[in-house]
Amino acid sequence: MSMKVQTRQVDGITIMDLSGRITLGEGSVTIRDAVRDVLAKGSNKILLNLGDINYIDSSGIGELVSAFTTVRNSGGELKLLNLTKKVHDLLQITKLYTVFDIKDDEASAISAFTK
Amino acid sequence: MSIKGDRTQRDEGQFLADSTRSRLSLTLDSSLDSVNKVELTAEEWGARAGFDEDTISHIAMAVREAAVNAVMHGNAYNKGKYITASFETTADSLIIRIADQGPGLNIETIPDPLAPENILRGSGRGIFLIRAFMDEVNFRQLHPGTELTLIKHRTPAQPGI
Repeated sequence: MSMKVQTRQVDGITIMDLSGRITLGEGSVTIRDAVRDVLAKGSNKILLNLGDINYIDSSGIGELVSAFTTVRNSGGELKLLNLTKKVHDLLQITKLYTVFDIKDDEASAISAFTK
Repeated sequence: MSIKGDRTQRDEGQFLADSTRSRLSLTLDSSLDSVNKVELTAEEWGARAGFDEDTISHIAMAVREAAVNAVMHGNAYNKGKYITASFETTADSLIIRIADQGPGLNIETIPDPLAPENILRGSGRGIFLIRAFMDEVNFRQLHPGTELTLIKHRTPAQPGI
C-alpha cells in the first residue's frame, strides 16, 4: 500500500494527514514533495499526522528527519502527531524521539505552535 | 548464481523451495519490487518459525533494510546484477542471507547514526536497525559483493517448523 497525504489548514497550521507506508520508493518522496509544496505556499508550521502510518523503514525515518530540518531551516516548525506503536518504537530506538516535538492530541498540538 | 544445496531461479515472481520446506533461495533483480518480495518472504518465514507478531515485524524490517542496501548501495539498481536471498529454519534459529554483486561494503566506515553529529542525517540508519532487530548479524565479502547473514534465535517453546 503506497502512502497518501491529505492537507488541511487549522488556525494557520498546515496539517498533513498521512496514511499507508513511508518507505523507499513509496512514501518518502511523497512527504518530501508535500512539505516543499507547503513551504512554497508560504506556510512553515506543519503538523504531520502519522496516525494511519502502519509502516516506516529507515528511508522513511530519514525523510521525517529531512522534513524536520528543512522546515526548521526555513524558520518554521514541524511537529508529529499520533504515532503508532511501531513508529514510536522506531523513533525511540534511533534516539529521534526527543528530537521531534511529538503530540498525541491535535488540539494541544496546534496550540503548541509558536503564534 | 546458486547457493549450494538449493535450487534457485532467476526471478520472475516465482521461487522454489527444497523438499523439506526448511530452506528457500531467491535470485532477484536489483529493483524495489525485489525488496518488497524479500520482505514479504521474511514475514512468511518468521511466522512459519513461530515468532510473535512484533518479532516478525522486526525480522521483516531488518531483512528489508538488508535488501535495500543490496539493491541500492550494492548493485546500484544495475539491471545486470542480481541479489540473492536465502531463508533457512533450523531447530535453533531463522537464518536469512542477503547478498549483492556490488563493490563491497566496509562496515568499519559506516557512521554511528546515534552520534550527535549524525542524529539529523537523512540516511544511514539501515545497518543500525538490522543490528537492533536481529540477534546476530555477520558480514562477508564475496569479491565482488557483500553477504549479510541475519540470525534470529528461536525459543525452546516456540511453535512452528
